[in-house]
Amino acid sequence: MARRVPVGKPAIRVENLDITYRVSVESRPTLKGAIIRLGRPHHSIRVVEACKDVSFEVSNGQVMGVIGANGAGKSTLMRAVAGILPPTKGRIEIHGKVSTLLALGVGFNGALTGRENVVLGSLAAGLTRAQIERKYDEIADFAELGDFMDMPMRTYSSGMYSRLAFSVAVNMDPDILLIDEAMSAGDAKFRNKASDRMTDLANNAGTMLLVSHALGTIKSMCSEAIWLHKGRLIQRGDPDEIVAAYTKFLEVGEDPLSLEDI
Amino acid sequence: MNTPVISPEDEYLGEHHIYEPHITGLPQMRPYFRELWARKSFAIELSHTEMHAANTDTFFGQAWLVINPLLLASVYFVLVEIIGGRSQPPTFFAHLTSGLFLFYFISGAMIQGASSVVSGGRLIMNTSFPKALLPISATYTAFRRFLPTMIVFGVLDLVARLPIGLQLLWVPVILAEAVCYGLGLALIFATAQVYFRDTKSFLPYAVRIWLYLTPILWFADKAPKRLLPFLPLNPLYGIMGAWSEVLIQGKAPAHRLILIGGAWSLVTLVLGGLFFMSREREFAVRI
Repeated sequence: MARRVPVGKPAIRVENLDITYRVSVESRPTLKGAIIRLGRPHHSIRVVEACKDVSFEVSNGQVMGVIGANGAGKSTLMRAVAGILPPTKGRIEIHGKVSTLLALGVGFNGALTGRENVVLGSLAAGLTRAQIERKYDEIADFAELGDFMDMPMRTYSSGMYSRLAFSVAVNMDPDILLIDEAMSAGDAKFRNKASDRMTDLANNAGTMLLVSHALGTIKSMCSEAIWLHKGRLIQRGDPDEIVAAYTKFLEVGEDPLSLEDI
Repeated sequence: MNTPVISPEDEYLGEHHIYEPHITGLPQMRPYFRELWARKSFAIELSHTEMHAANTDTFFGQAWLVINPLLLASVYFVLVEIIGGRSQPPTFFAHLTSGLFLFYFISGAMIQGASSVVSGGRLIMNTSFPKALLPISATYTAFRRFLPTMIVFGVLDLVARLPIGLQLLWVPVILAEAVCYGLGLALIFATAQVYFRDTKSFLPYAVRIWLYLTPILWFADKAPKRLLPFLPLNPLYGIMGAWSEVLIQGKAPAHRLILIGGAWSLVTLVLGGLFFMSREREFAVRI
């Protein structure tokens, strides 16, 4: 089945997106307050505007990078594009099948073996059992855990856990891939392998939306980038320009530490 | 989430999604159920892994699936027969165990269903999937825990020389009603728990009272006088009554009981499903 988006239609279109959280915060209990309210906590509602009037488009086959300081709204934006969070205002339109790599080890259970968690994690991500059967060897080889695949995951080191989780997450065949900073896992050798795999995905997946603090990756893998700050889209354009503007904003400058090679 | 809309120009595409600010309101049914069916393996696997993980480090392991019901039945046996004082007819223990096991299936689906959504926080925040899979998985787990109890009951059945015959063909029908009812309750309370986190704390007490008001620890025809007029109001009146008639009295259940049970199950399932699906979009924001 051909998976070409019709000419003129972007793979992802975000229009005037607003996402507002209403967080219920329990204020510090005072004795007087506790007596008046009969022990029930006092909730005050804080409103967090995670995304404010964000608009952009990603064409089919494009790799778009998203950068910004912590709390800029990048993860919220990704989850809205994936359909996990509903927009408060605005509209998102997607053409194609979306696969997400937003967190490692989603659905994993520490009491189960690596093998069982591969099945569970893959099913959670939307693969069918037949697909898992076919891909299992590929996943296991990529993770390089050997005999540990049959040991419970609670016996794994955190690096091993991340490697297996990453291995499960990258073995999809999506039209559109959303990635949220899941790349810094494992030792240097694995990280090189992971970065090669990511580049493969970027070339084959069609469209990719990539959130990362590793500015070097953004520059090398993306054809366009956007910069979010406190929920607003500040700038959009060529990755080199955006990264330069961003690092200037941070007054850090382009040095190896901030380019943080993977 | 508006699940996939396939318009004519997209017929050669995979999918087309549009996300707009509708927090409540039903998603489109056919794509939702198609996605649900496509992902059913996940619900099943989740259930398997939970059951497997629950008994991993224990000595008896999976044997607990049979030990639990036996211990449960003996607790109530002690309570009613020994402490209760009055001597019971010989079929009493069989009536008690069969009713108890089915009741524990339904209430188990309800209680585990209630925490299924709020405990799936990480999964819900990071994956886009029809969240009805979580209460479905909980109900399936409750059903899988129920099956070994029926083996235990089967043994008791033979020992007590209860009648075996064609009326047993009604068992799958009654079970189907119980499954629908349990799933409906799981959906309702899973949603309630998201908005009112105290739900889970109240449920065990509600279940206890419900158990005492249902003809499980006592026979329906020997009900306390004050309770008699209210018996048919119990949603389990149909299901439990039919269950007892088939297994203990050895006859085909009265049609009235099957119909009442079926009505309760269907209504609960449909209302529970609608309630859950209409609120589903808010879960990611509230968890």
